[in-house]
Amino acid sequence: MLKRGYFSNFGGAFLPEVLTATFDELEQVFEDAKADPGFWKEYEHVMSTYSCRPTPLTFAENLTRHFGGAKIYIKREDLNHTGAHKANNVMGQGLLVKRMGKSRVIAETGAGQHGVATATMAARYGFDCTIYMGEVDVQRQRPNVFWMQRLGAEVIPVKDGTRILKDAINEAFRDWVSNMEHTHYVLGTACGPHPFPEMVSYFQSIIGKEVRSQILEAQGCLPKRVYACVGGGSNAMGLFSGFLNDPVQLVGVEAGGHGLNSGKHASRLCSQDASVGVAQGYKTYFLQNSDGQMLDTHSIAAGLDYVGVSPILADLKENGRARFEAATDSEVVAAVDLAMRKEGLIPALESAHAFARAFQEAAEMNPEDSLIINQSGRGDKDIFTVADAFNDPAWQQFIKQKAEQYNA
Amino acid sequence: MLESYLREQRRHKDILLMTHIVIGYPSLDASFEIISTMVDAGVDLMELQIPFSEPIADGPVILRANQKALANGVTVKQCLEFADKAAKMFKIPFLLMTYYNILYKYGVEAFTDKMAAMGIRGAIVPDLPPEEGQSYLQAMDDHKLAPIFIYAPTSSLERMQKIAGYARGFIYCVARKGVTGQQTSFSNELESYLARCRKSTQLPLALGFGVKEKADVDFLKGKVDIAVIGSQTIRIVDKKTIPAAGEFLRSLRD
Repeated sequence: MLKRGYFSNFGGAFLPEVLTATFDELEQVFEDAKADPGFWKEYEHVMSTYSCRPTPLTFAENLTRHFGGAKIYIKREDLNHTGAHKANNVMGQGLLVKRMGKSRVIAETGAGQHGVATATMAARYGFDCTIYMGEVDVQRQRPNVFWMQRLGAEVIPVKDGTRILKDAINEAFRDWVSNMEHTHYVLGTACGPHPFPEMVSYFQSIIGKEVRSQILEAQGCLPKRVYACVGGGSNAMGLFSGFLNDPVQLVGVEAGGHGLNSGKHASRLCSQDASVGVAQGYKTYFLQNSDGQMLDTHSIAAGLDYVGVSPILADLKENGRARFEAATDSEVVAAVDLAMRKEGLIPALESAHAFARAFQEAAEMNPEDSLIINQSGRGDKDIFTVADAFNDPAWQQFIKQKAEQYNA
Repeated sequence: MLESYLREQRRHKDILLMTHIVIGYPSLDASFEIISTMVDAGVDLMELQIPFSEPIADGPVILRANQKALANGVTVKQCLEFADKAAKMFKIPFLLMTYYNILYKYGVEAFTDKMAAMGIRGAIVPDLPPEEGQSYLQAMDDHKLAPIFIYAPTSSLERMQKIAGYARGFIYCVARKGVTGQQTSFSNELESYLARCRKSTQLPLALGFGVKEKADVDFLKGKVDIAVIGSQTIRIVDKKTIPAAGEFLRSLRD
């Protein structure tokens, strides 16, 4: 029997029968696109004219001086349209939707970045759009809900389960099994059943392709280490894919929440709380109990607050090619603060996990060496969470006044 | 064997009824009372669902039953003890229904050993296609347990024939796209799908998803061997009482 989409022991396609034909179609259209030399060109054209590719590689001179170790470079995925690397995947899948002749897209979203990116793509290509978002995330990422709705998408708050990202994925699948004839599910990360992990990584590989030549141009040699935050793992896959065959350390940083021993985190690859399982259509490390029931996860960053992780990253962990670490909520807030004050950069809370770990390691590295941090998204969306973390009195005053205006 | 039991039953019934419960919903005791009531009402076989936190193929009614059972603290061990008790107490065949992760974490071989020891006759694992089920199929076969596979309206004849090669007991045909517990239109379109199902295999056929009244069961007579009642009895137990679910099941074949 043909098993598809495995990365050694991880991945696969654990699908309800009703979706088999849909996945066959998707796999075929993806294979055809990959084999078509014009397709990647078309994709790059879209990304350079509708988004902001190539995104710059910024030398963080002040941070480098501050830590006194490796030269710190930052890949600016935050400068994509809609402010995150999510646009790469979404526009790519949008081109596939056109090839399949479907008229509606659905997506899950955690932080809202993937939902906003999907909503822009749908508006641009003329698709109907429905976004599933956990009720908890609707609350903590309210500005993105506003933008999705203004862009013409229907946002459905998911009230079942833990009411975060994984529950939004379940609901998106439930929609898809009813409407697959005209609907494509734009899965936002390198997880889920085959071909999603490979397909999302394929579109995100544009990050690694660019940054590899940018760093060579900037300093004539490869970086020593590259850092990316890991939720589902799509921005990490994008960055890592540029250096898989190079002597470069790949470091993925997971959500350490309140600490790896607190039971309140979302670290699948670097904590003892995760084990291999099968859920949401694929096999990987999940945060689950001994019965196989998924556990509650926690992160200050909605986009990392997920029970599973890309099967490709699980494989890179098992074969030792990549290293996985965790950053806690408080380390992350401190990293955002430092990046703002030293470089005027505003990383998303998700991306700031990579910053936090790189900051810890930079000082001990040789000043001749360099490291790259993937700033996967911008932090504007986190204004409420960050304002709360800093307990900003002027902001609180403003919100109170604003509320009074609405009440008046 | 499950298949021969079904054929035997079919000799004097024009359609069989399979019902479904989520173990531990609304409670373990109530689940047992529901089984007893269903057996009294003459159902021919039952699927006992072990709750899972991510029941991706289930609609709102069964999804919430899964969540409630887990919130009540039901464990896989308790579910297996429950199934053991049911299989010993009642004469009809029982199947376990759950998602693959439950088997995977328990150990596929250990799980099938347990099923065989308890006298459970087969399993339905909706997120395990035959392509991914090599160790499961082997373990089920070793114990003469029936792996029940699913056909969907989106399955081609070729796909159905392939699935039938791995299936034992019967084939579970889902009536339509979508998840459990939604409206199904019992129409000509369904009839042509069922004709395709029939053509693909000699195994008995069951039809489920959206079967909720006598007219639906009547429509299925002569087209399939088993009508599956899933969400509807949960709704009745939720809104009315356990005995009301028994009356409802009796009314389906009157």
